[in-house]
Amino acid sequence: MAGKYVHQSILRLEDPELITARVQFLDDIKLPDMLHAAFKRSDYAHARIKSIDVSEARKLPGVIGVYTAEDFGDYVKPGPLQVPPPTAIKGATYVARTTMPIAKDKVRYAGEPVAIVIAESRYIAEDACDLIYVDYEPLEAVVDLEKALQPGSPLVHEDLPSNEAGHVRQERGSWEQAVKEADLVIKRKFFINRNAGAALENRGIIVQWDKHAKQMTIWCGTQSVIALRNQTAARLGLFESQVRVITPNMGGGFGPKINTSLPDDALITYLAMKLERPIKWVEDRRENFLATTSERDQVHYCEIAVKRDGTIVGLKDFFYHNSGAYNPYMMTVPLNSQSHTVTNYRVPNFLTEFYMVFTNQMIVTPVRGAGRQYGVFVMERMLDAAARELGMSPVEIRRKNLLPANAYPYYTNIIGQDFVEGVLDSGDYPSAFEKTLELIEYDRFVNEVQPKLRAQGKKVGIGVACFSEGTGVGPYEGARVTVGGNGKVVASTGYTSQGQAHYTTFAQIVADQLGVDVKDVKIITGDTGYFGWGAGTFASRGITVAGTATYMAAQKVRQKALKLASKILEAPEEELELADGVVRVADIPSKFIALGDLANLANPMRGTMEPGTEPGLEAVAYYGPPYGATGAGCMAIILEVDPETMQVSMEKMAMVHDCGTPVNPMVVDGQIHGGIQMGIGDAFYEELIYDENGQLLTASFMDYLFPQATDMPKKLVLGHMETPSPLNPLGIKGVGEAGAIPVPSAFAQAVENALQDTGVEFDRDTLSPSRIFTYVQMAKGA
Amino acid sequence: MKPAPFEYYAPTSVEEALATLQNLGYDGKVLAGGQSLIPAMNFRMARPAALVDLNKIKELFYIKPTDDGGLAIGTMTRDSVVEKDPLVAERFPIVPYVVKHIAHPQIRNRGTFGGAIAHADPAAQIPALSVALQARFLVRKQGGERWVNAEEFFMGPFMTVLEPEEMLAEVALPPMAKGSGASYQQVSRQKGGYAQAAVISVVVVDENKRCKDARVVLFSVGETPILSQAARKILMGNLPTPEAIAEVAEKISKEEVDPGTDIHGTAEYRRHLVKVLVRRGLTEAFERAK
Ligand SMILES: Cc1cc2nc3c(=O)[nH]c(=O)nc-3n(C[C@H](O)[C@H](O)[C@H](O)COP(=O)(O)OP(=O)(O)OC[C@H]3O[C@@H](n4cnc5c(N)ncnc54)[C@H](O)[C@@H]3O)c2cc1C
Repeated sequence: MAGKYVHQSILRLEDPELITARVQFLDDIKLPDMLHAAFKRSDYAHARIKSIDVSEARKLPGVIGVYTAEDFGDYVKPGPLQVPPPTAIKGATYVARTTMPIAKDKVRYAGEPVAIVIAESRYIAEDACDLIYVDYEPLEAVVDLEKALQPGSPLVHEDLPSNEAGHVRQERGSWEQAVKEADLVIKRKFFINRNAGAALENRGIIVQWDKHAKQMTIWCGTQSVIALRNQTAARLGLFESQVRVITPNMGGGFGPKINTSLPDDALITYLAMKLERPIKWVEDRRENFLATTSERDQVHYCEIAVKRDGTIVGLKDFFYHNSGAYNPYMMTVPLNSQSHTVTNYRVPNFLTEFYMVFTNQMIVTPVRGAGRQYGVFVMERMLDAAARELGMSPVEIRRKNLLPANAYPYYTNIIGQDFVEGVLDSGDYPSAFEKTLELIEYDRFVNEVQPKLRAQGKKVGIGVACFSEGTGVGPYEGARVTVGGNGKVVASTGYTSQGQAHYTTFAQIVADQLGVDVKDVKIITGDTGYFGWGAGTFASRGITVAGTATYMAAQKVRQKALKLASKILEAPEEELELADGVVRVADIPSKFIALGDLANLANPMRGTMEPGTEPGLEAVAYYGPPYGATGAGCMAIILEVDPETMQVSMEKMAMVHDCGTPVNPMVVDGQIHGGIQMGIGDAFYEELIYDENGQLLTASFMDYLFPQATDMPKKLVLGHMETPSPLNPLGIKGVGEAGAIPVPSAFAQAVENALQDTGVEFDRDTLSPSRIFTYVQMAKGA
Repeated sequence: MKPAPFEYYAPTSVEEALATLQNLGYDGKVLAGGQSLIPAMNFRMARPAALVDLNKIKELFYIKPTDDGGLAIGTMTRDSVVEKDPLVAERFPIVPYVVKHIAHPQIRNRGTFGGAIAHADPAAQIPALSVALQARFLVRKQGGERWVNAEEFFMGPFMTVLEPEEMLAEVALPPMAKGSGASYQQVSRQKGGYAQAAVISVVVVDENKRCKDARVVLFSVGETPILSQAARKILMGNLPTPEAIAEVAEKISKEEVDPGTDIHGTAEYRRHLVKVLVRRGLTEAFERAK
């Protein structure tokens, strides 16, 4: 659905200010009288706290207070669930052990706070941390997912009978039947590692308590202002209206900032109120690695049942999912893995089952992709394994099994993160697949280029993988659109922005509805003082859910404007149009009224108003989809491996994506580029490594390798498809996570293809050159 | 991530700096480009009681030609200056090529040539380069100075022969011999990242293309830069045939290096890299030798 602005690649309206640094980030905010916080964090992953001596620290000049669990009394209790458990799934079991604001009696992950210092400066606060002495009794750490569930394992939560945090089993068709019908059942085991969100800007919070107005203001780089406001109010016994949460400009989110009851959220709000002085805490990178949530390791045991011609009759996937020390985010990540496993293909029989496991590691909550890429990884790897055993090409086996273009709506029978059965609303997977092969010139590469280069001794390979992305899930978002007396428009939503171009794309939607210049639309996101309803920024749902709510609110304002203008211009509504900032009679352009004048007339100061009329050119709307809109696509990679050093050079990457109507195609490209870069990190660089004692070995960018601009492929081509979603008026699907999803799958296949002569097969992600070397040695039988 | 408290001195002459260092003894620490020291202080892994900042001492920033055809480089000369200096490129083409592999431009704009040497990170390029090029270091203290050969300077990881009151002042590079050729080979996980294994090869050949000298220096695979003995033993006086080079590579990787397993690579992989890189490096160095 194209308009003057919607579907156009206009430049991002927020960029001039960002580039010239005329914006405020959290750490730029300095309030009078402001204090600073620092945390004393546990050196152990699992230990009993015997005693904490803070007496020296309290004596340090400039220290205002040093607090341990004891000092907070009853305030120290498990935090709220960020996501409720999925009661809709039959037979699902779960155990909730939510985040503690500060460790009491026992620490459960290295980096868990045991004390908080408030001081006149961050320097002094950190000096004081050095003077806090904690006497620990170290306990054996729970780090291995599978051993953690064996009897006799040490327990992360000793009040529980085991480390099991949850269990879900879902089946469509019958796996048993599939095995009977199959010619061949192939088994594999996969390991998936843990990654950080690693936003450019770390987390941070500033809290101010106005003791006269009894009002709290929180500036926080959060992905959910509403949840932070509500949970803070609940903890402190305040009305929601007494707490205002504002997000300044943010340097990225990528998932972890959706958490709103981490220790800092809970403690700093409390202390700012108690001390009646503003407090700032800005996380440093080490703290971010240690104590901000990250994402998933999983171990999968998978079986695929196939016919000799490559037809899939069934898939069984059984996996363990690491929840970390607490599970405030319930089952979102493993449910996403589960509901994104077989999506792109016809798999009549599908059995999927997982156990969530408590370990002495950081809490797992979604990071871009949010578990989806692991369902995809497992499926794509299984297809590659099957192709290998059946002597087919990776292309053939996929082509044979892709869900046809006429299959929609397709009921999956699998309940996902929004607790309703997943329904594929629309799509055309075969076309995306064929288009990708064209863009990468698959046949030419395999038939001409590769043989020639191989003859020269070069190890070049190609890989292709399909993916889907469930996006735009409920519950709902809302927006208020208001025309000002100045003729400009402001739209506010509870949705928060971390750099995704909402200030542009939402403005495009509004400008089209109200006939104003897009530059005259101001978007306000993430400030509960402007808009106090919504859920938060997750699941690629911004433009789909909040964007649709904004569209609906703008439409309501449009109706109001037409109705009032019709009276004033004495012309029927059908003859009016909104354009160039005025409402005019379409056939008599000289007969018009400026939108700003109309806004003033809609808010009379004297006289009377017609009963039933609401004042102002303003409206609020809410939108909640019955289920999410599913984006999808396909990716191919050509790469070269140095046969001696195993260094990988990514020569060309092609991706075709379908997110329905792109409100701004350039922004969609940007989202995909960024996603791909994260996917490359996942495939090749990024890995949070814990040792057997639960110590994080990768707590800085020296050790945790983050993809740089120089790590992008030499050539990157994108192709777009537009299958509009029937779920919302603009036909939009989300795209925020798409790029990150298929890379590990396509990458593993391409490296295998490059090293085909060695017979190497990969059963994990993060294929570093050293790891590739080890796999090749193993394949050679060395 | 804030450093522990420390005192700060900013002398404007070498004499003043040396006097301050003498006074402070074990409490003092020189601050050069700060690209290694400051992060270590922010992590509170280093807690010097006092910093003596050399950044205001103009007389420590220079690159001068020496009469013998070599170069003298003041300790505070920034990596990026060395990287772009035409005289360096002319007399030691290998130097800018190696320096380009250090970190990223922002870091090379601050990091100093002498600072890298004094820091003695086993994974750093410049210490190995100084061994390969037979550099000599001018070490000064209040009322005295001494010259130390690069080969004798590095004692262990982050350990050198420098005493607390001493300062590295100048790096002297003797001229490259006639008939020499050099090569640099490294493997790192990312552009700008520390090497997982690396080798600098400087060879000299006679008119008959026979090897007159072979300085093969490995780094990032042991506690200090490692000058290979095997390379000299096998190659000196002989033609550098592919077989001879392969033998050197095999021997170095088996006997002369000691890489460990870390999160980015196994010891076995890094040992294998040494073999590959020595072979590639020597082949290239001999091709270039004239
Ligand atoms: C992100 C990043 C990546 C990096 N990557 C690399 C890399 O790939 N390869 C590499 O080699 N290096 C790398 N470095 C390190 C960088 O090159 C350092 O700057 C350099 O090794 C030290 O030089 P400096 O001038 O910064 O020394 P400083 O950090 O100021 O000092 C380092 C140490 O040397 C001592 N010191 C310095 N000068 C003198 C002197 N004249 N006399 C006595 N003692 C002295 C100091 O007291 C201190 O102990 C990296 C650094 C960063 C931040």
